[in-house]
Amino acid sequence: MQSDTALELTAVSKTYGTVKALDQVSLAIQSSQFVGLLGQNGAGKTTLFQLLTGLFNGDSGQIWVCGHDIRHHPIAALSSIGVVFQQPTLDLDLTVQGNLKFHCLLHGLSRSEAEQRISSELERFEMQAVRYLPVRSLSGGNQRKVELIRSLLHRPRLLLMDEATVGLDPESRKALVNHVIALCKERDLAVLWSTHIVEEIQQADRVVVLDRGKVLADSSPGELLAKEPLCGSSLSDAFLHLINLNKTVGVVHERAC
Amino acid sequence: MNTSHAINAFSALSAREVGKFMRQKGRLFSALVRPALWLLVFAAGFQNVFGVAVIPPYESYIEYEVYISPGLLCMVILFNGMQSSLSMVYDREMGLMRLLLTAPLPRWYILFSKLMAGTLLSLLQVYSFMIICWLFDVDIPLVGALTALPAFILVALMLGALGLLLSVSVKQLENFAGMMNFVIFPMFFISPALYPLWKLEEAGAELVFMAAQYNPFTYSVELVRFALYGQLNWLALSVVFGAFVLFFSLAVWGYDPQKGVIGRSKAGG
Repeated sequence: MQSDTALELTAVSKTYGTVKALDQVSLAIQSSQFVGLLGQNGAGKTTLFQLLTGLFNGDSGQIWVCGHDIRHHPIAALSSIGVVFQQPTLDLDLTVQGNLKFHCLLHGLSRSEAEQRISSELERFEMQAVRYLPVRSLSGGNQRKVELIRSLLHRPRLLLMDEATVGLDPESRKALVNHVIALCKERDLAVLWSTHIVEEIQQADRVVVLDRGKVLADSSPGELLAKEPLCGSSLSDAFLHLINLNKTVGVVHERAC
Repeated sequence: MNTSHAINAFSALSAREVGKFMRQKGRLFSALVRPALWLLVFAAGFQNVFGVAVIPPYESYIEYEVYISPGLLCMVILFNGMQSSLSMVYDREMGLMRLLLTAPLPRWYILFSKLMAGTLLSLLQVYSFMIICWLFDVDIPLVGALTALPAFILVALMLGALGLLLSVSVKQLENFAGMMNFVIFPMFFISPALYPLWKLEEAGAELVFMAAQYNPFTYSVELVRFALYGQLNWLALSVVFGAFVLFFSLAVWGYDPQKGVIGRSKAGG
């Protein structure tokens, strides 16, 4: 594994009952790379994130986060990960400050260090005004921003964004994407951005297309669109083409069986 | 995880639980009203119905109120233990559990910190109820507040661990009512909290008597009852400690990622 590899998966599979949620998924993300994970609902994106964050273990394969095997060294691996889940995970009864401080302490930061980092991150995101407001009173977009700020407080090397724009209006969604892209380059942060909205990953360094647990494509948007028969189509068309192709292959395979 | 990390994480988890308790203004009140009703209404009504013979640790005949007070103190802890189970289920539903389980901390430590925070809240409620007992002239020895402290802690840990274990299988907040019916009430009634167990045997309720022997709450009540008088009931101590180790180990096992206890709730892609 290269030293600047933030995430590496080799042949990871996960099955729930008879459903193969992930099938031999392999991919690697280097520092400063913004990788879009594109897949429809039920493609396996959330399962993949659950495995990456140690909430579940895979049935087979290996996951390395900054050189640490998540199954055998979860604490070291988790220290390097920042994550924004699809489902909000803020304590609505606490203030923004309360939520951020709680996270800092869970990650072992001292109180003074926590205060310092909270101040600088809130300033960077222009959120100082809401510092002492209850999270419940914030808009959906600002709550997401707080979750993003929280995920960065312990200075992770890998940022996982699991459909983090769900419920946001187009403007807030765009702002969040731009924030993360800027962070990625500024801080050598590796980002895995999961979504089913193609527009969000137009600027990605690489696009990984996941469908029914399988990686259908893993290349830069330019390379993906240069391939026949996708040549000249939009990223959105290319995505749909790959998904439909996979469906057809699946049907043929099922008939053959 | 180094020591300062462990301390910081523990203080964060405890502060959150205590803060939540403080914000829920009615919680302390309702936690005290429940046993107070038993003490002031039930005990008064049954004062002359239940004659209690001299049994250890008591050295003479005692008032019925005195007899049931250890059981009621344990009832306070039992309800708080189940409340902490509710808090785990709430955290799971609200997504906060994911945040906790993805923190760079051993999973057992996260659960143990939650358990300790719950124990702290139990102690706060137990001593508040003890003050109520004294205010109403229930003859609990003053020194008992001190001698029973280790017993209160152990019982709170054991019942809290039971709550954690139950939170593994209770998937929704709505199921808490079921837990009340199937866990709290049987544990409380099939125990020496309200009457000595020999009364059950004497009344021919053999099955209930047998069930009480296998109820860890029985031993919690006895541990506290003896501890209030500065005595140690070794059998009760062993059972409560053993039950704590068992329940906590099972809860840690239940929260193992391979078992996937937190479920695939609201998983989208």
